[in-house]
Amino acid sequence: MVLGRVTGSVVSSHKEKLLEGSTFLIVEKLDPMTMTGSGDYVIAIDGVGAGVGEVVLYVSGSSARMTAVTQGRPADATITGIVDLVSVSGNEVYRKDKA
Amino acid sequence: MTICRVVGTVVASERADEIDGATFFLVRETDTTGTADGSAAGATLIALDAVQAGEGDLVLVAQGSSCRQIMDTRDKAVDALIVGIIDLVDEGGTLRYRSAS
Repeated sequence: MVLGRVTGSVVSSHKEKLLEGSTFLIVEKLDPMTMTGSGDYVIAIDGVGAGVGEVVLYVSGSSARMTAVTQGRPADATITGIVDLVSVSGNEVYRKDKA
Repeated sequence: MTICRVVGTVVASERADEIDGATFFLVRETDTTGTADGSAAGATLIALDAVQAGEGDLVLVAQGSSCRQIMDTRDKAVDALIVGIIDLVDEGGTLRYRSAS
């Protein structure tokens, strides 16, 4: 899994039938040591109801198809968690309710 | 698999993976001596723990669909899994790493 921050969404009205109903979010990958954006992004299908600004974890590859909203669908990145807390070497580097 | 150092933890209560009691660690790829700093530092990932690893441990991390081969992760949305705690690393007869414990 990779840590990222939701920075936006992508709307596509003409898409593969199996993707109908999917929410596409823009996720910028984060360096967990500093919680800053790496400049690299991915478009992920939302599996948890994440919103813009939230820190999330997403799953890539065939494992991205293993959620209720992506089962049997052409998904290669799925948001599977909304992050509450990240700590590095015992120090809190991110806490959702303080962000 | 890659050699990684457990450098932190990630807590996420709102999740879609349906894995009960999951522990997620922040792991950083290292060289064969277990060094995660400096220019050789690799990617930092979030891995599900399968072996009761702890912060500071040097571990083996499996990635991709292979992570779904164990009972707890079968058909679950997991793409990085800690599958072993490393005791020692020997490279060409040279001891690269030995666990303190």
